[in-house]
Amino acid sequence: MNAIDRGGAWHPMIELALARLREFAREPEAVFWAFIFPILMSVTMALAFPGGGNKPAIVGIEPGEGSAAVRSQLAREPGITVRDIPAGREARALREGDVHLLVIPGNPPTYRFDPARDESRIARLLVDAALKRAAGRSDPWSAREEPVQLPGSRYVDWLIPGIVGLSIMGTSMWGIGFAIVQARMRKLLKRLVASPMRKREYLIAQVVGRLVLLAPEAGAPLVFGVLVLGMPIQGSILSTCLICLAGALAFGGIGLLLASRARTFEAISGLMNLSTVPMWVVSGVFFSASNFPQAMQPLIQALPLTALVNALRSIILEGAALQSVTRELAILAVWGLGSFALALRIFRWR
Amino acid sequence: MIGVSCTNLVKRYGDVVAVDGLSFHVSRGECFGLLGPNGAGKTTTIEILEGLLEPDAGDVEILGLRWKQHDRELRQRLGVQLQETQFAEKLSVEETLRLFRSFYHRGRTLDDLLRIVELESKRRSWVGKLSGGQKQRLAVACALAGDPDLLFLDEPTTGLDPQSRRQLWELLSQFRQQGGTILLTTHYMDEAETLCDRVAIIDHGRVIAEGSPRELIATLGAPRVVTHQGTLEDVFVALTGRHLREE
Repeated sequence: MNAIDRGGAWHPMIELALARLREFAREPEAVFWAFIFPILMSVTMALAFPGGGNKPAIVGIEPGEGSAAVRSQLAREPGITVRDIPAGREARALREGDVHLLVIPGNPPTYRFDPARDESRIARLLVDAALKRAAGRSDPWSAREEPVQLPGSRYVDWLIPGIVGLSIMGTSMWGIGFAIVQARMRKLLKRLVASPMRKREYLIAQVVGRLVLLAPEAGAPLVFGVLVLGMPIQGSILSTCLICLAGALAFGGIGLLLASRARTFEAISGLMNLSTVPMWVVSGVFFSASNFPQAMQPLIQALPLTALVNALRSIILEGAALQSVTRELAILAVWGLGSFALALRIFRWR
Repeated sequence: MIGVSCTNLVKRYGDVVAVDGLSFHVSRGECFGLLGPNGAGKTTTIEILEGLLEPDAGDVEILGLRWKQHDRELRQRLGVQLQETQFAEKLSVEETLRLFRSFYHRGRTLDDLLRIVELESKRRSWVGKLSGGQKQRLAVACALAGDPDLLFLDEPTTGLDPQSRRQLWELLSQFRQQGGTILLTTHYMDEAETLCDRVAIIDHGRVIAEGSPRELIATLGAPRVVTHQGTLEDVFVALTGRHLREE
């Protein structure tokens, strides 16, 4: 009577995690999104922000008296590309970013540009220097230039750990949330609690069942970054993996919490979007979180995605050791354990 | 020995009284049926007995134990089939059964279970590919996984074709023969007459009649039974002036 006979089945937690994993693996769309989405995103980013190489300033010239002279002066200049614009389309070309700056020839010439755009301000400096030099200005000296290309300092290198963080957040939360709501809608949860299954084992298994997928999910953008984009991993691979694991556990817990009461896909989608979209924006995935006002920083830094992305960047780009990201790990642990404990309390099994 | 005993059960949902002072007793080894139209309170009652719902008032004893003190032990000794449970479509029959078997500390082997419910040939099929009858037999197999002393079945044959119903009845008779106790709800008269030793007819959350199907039919006055053999349907009509399957 004391010996437990499970009739050849494994421990319930293993069986529950296996069931979860099998269901996922048999859902082709889910597999596609979990693996392909992060790579697709990295490729798109790589195309949009090619590493190295200076982007030329693109300049339009308003047709009229003197425009041919201005054109030949600017076309000689390296770093400036002159683009022809059909007459009457100048304002539109500026607005769409087809040209960074419009030169209206004259004495003196007029520059029309949007000073809020970085590339337009650079174009103004280049064009101004070129035209003044052509008009006879002589430079007192020309500085010696030492171009530096540090590996890991490109935008795309900075972006990849962000994409890894997004991927972990997205797949952990959506995967767990939808599976639970579906089981609830099918009355399967109710059937499970009518059996001797332990509730916390079910919840743990939902998170653990997804961890097996973490390797490809987080690994895909990392391997792509290293092999295709030449991103260096300065820190240890093991530390990187541990951070990814901590992130997956934290977001798994949050996924459980969000799914703990929802009865419909509409409800869970709303909750997921409400909690993930703000983090897409403020957590420093695409641009630094320091762009936001100082008053918001304590909140932003406490968000799980911020902690995950910061920790990943420290390890991957700066080669930091695991102890230097203790704070981030602690933030992830608090989110994960807190959400799990709350989810277990308020979970709707019917 | 007590199989199931409930006394003065009450369950309200807001202003609606779903179960209104309901009492009955089931002995070990008995098959007891809760009979009544949809909305009579059958499912609420059985879910209270299964420990899934808390009654607002009343007392429940299952196999001599109570949910408050013996939840874990009771769960190990009960088999439950719920109305409307849909198992994961992309798990196989064997995988589903194995999952449920893993929750129990003792019980039948998977091969045994598959044989009892005649799903051996379907063991590797996905649940989503099964017919209604096969799905229902899988649900019963999951309920039998822990070799239970007591089986709760909520409308086990609703929506099944006649052949599948007979197959399931056969299966439940075997469980009875091995000493098992069954409490089931149904709104099929023939099902209650075939399977149950005793039935309680429920309407508006109360027991309006209780006894063996034969006894209940015998309570009908002779005039009602001139054209055909009396059935439990006639008993219900006689008691309420309404038909069971309507509403």
